[in-house]
Amino acid sequence: MSDLTLREAAKKTDLLAPGHRLCAGCDESIIVRMVLKAVRGPTMVTAATGCLEVATTIFPYTAWRLPWIHSAFENAAATASGMEAAWRAMRRKGRGPLAKYETLDIVAFAGDGGTYDIGLQALSGALERGHDFTYVLLDNEAYMNTGIQRSGGTPHAAATTTSPAGHVIPGKREWKKPIDEIVIAHEIPYVATMSAAWPMDVMRKARSAFEAEGPAFLHAIVPCTRGWRYPSEKTIEISRLAVQTCIFPLWECRLEEGRPVYKLSAASAAIARRPESKKPVEEYLKLQGRFRHLFRPERRDDIIDSIQAWVDHRWQMLLEKAGF
Amino acid sequence: MSEQKPGWRELPRGAVPYKSTEEYETGDWGVEYPEIDRSRCTKCMLCHFYCPEGAIKVREDGYTEVDLRYCKGCGICAEECPVKCIKMVLKT
Repeated sequence: MSDLTLREAAKKTDLLAPGHRLCAGCDESIIVRMVLKAVRGPTMVTAATGCLEVATTIFPYTAWRLPWIHSAFENAAATASGMEAAWRAMRRKGRGPLAKYETLDIVAFAGDGGTYDIGLQALSGALERGHDFTYVLLDNEAYMNTGIQRSGGTPHAAATTTSPAGHVIPGKREWKKPIDEIVIAHEIPYVATMSAAWPMDVMRKARSAFEAEGPAFLHAIVPCTRGWRYPSEKTIEISRLAVQTCIFPLWECRLEEGRPVYKLSAASAAIARRPESKKPVEEYLKLQGRFRHLFRPERRDDIIDSIQAWVDHRWQMLLEKAGF
Repeated sequence: MSEQKPGWRELPRGAVPYKSTEEYETGDWGVEYPEIDRSRCTKCMLCHFYCPEGAIKVREDGYTEVDLRYCKGCGICAEECPVKCIKMVLKT
């Protein structure tokens, strides 16, 4: 891990070239650049349909400086399984273009639609078969690519185009699906959450995921300037507030002797040690236009309090699992 | 009449993208561009990591430099700079 310092990583060439057509202030490319800075050597990437895929590979251009394969919406994990199986077969037979690689980092990037909803069965199957790949969930909490439709990852009370906030219904009525617990239940070696506001944390977790023997799952919070309705320069501030308000805590979970062992990362462990430094979730909500109906025309304290209660409840559950 | 687009015979097999997006300069998207005051820069390199474009490169001497051919002017670097030495300037 000695080559993984901010100074060394900054010197590495980006494996995602500039000139892609993601929005100004998009967090997806920030996370992708950081994750790809942590690769050990030969790498292959697949991406499920989503903003990242359509914006980086507009014919005849490609932003990827490494082998990249297109897959459909639902099968990023299945494509990654196939890549890993092909590499293993070539290694075993000692011939083929991939046979010379001792290690091969296989990364699947998918959005929340391609993970929570559409791609869940492919992901579950790949995790169960135990392929050695890294799945990065870029969670921007709705189908942003097609125009901000709600997904299983959309948080409670967020306004999207298919769960608009009105007089009767205040945005999405359901709660966010606990995808991390679903993935951990597959008993895979490494699961972690990450936020772009802590670059070193992202790269360290990505490296741990590549080094893990078997499937690894990285869940990144990815604020979306268009869908979350905030000015483009606030992207990093919102990803930081998501952690500081504990709506999206940072932790990693390894499988040790058949048990999932949770460990809080530095930013969240500091809040666990000093609970008074935990910020109210309102600070996170009021920066975003998708929660504007909670504050205007009149303040909806009942909804804000219910979100705060949900956050506190989930945070308490995490603290118990992490042994605080 | 628009220019003649290549037909299926000329296109690469499977419509595989064959050009780098580096040839597609997105620098004209933005309204503002960042300006770095190097006298106060501490070389923390956070702007390099936080840039969604990868348009901020680290030079040999450790200072960062913005490639204005690709900068979309989102303003994250100016917002997140710990010593506030990056300023967004309106393009004229």
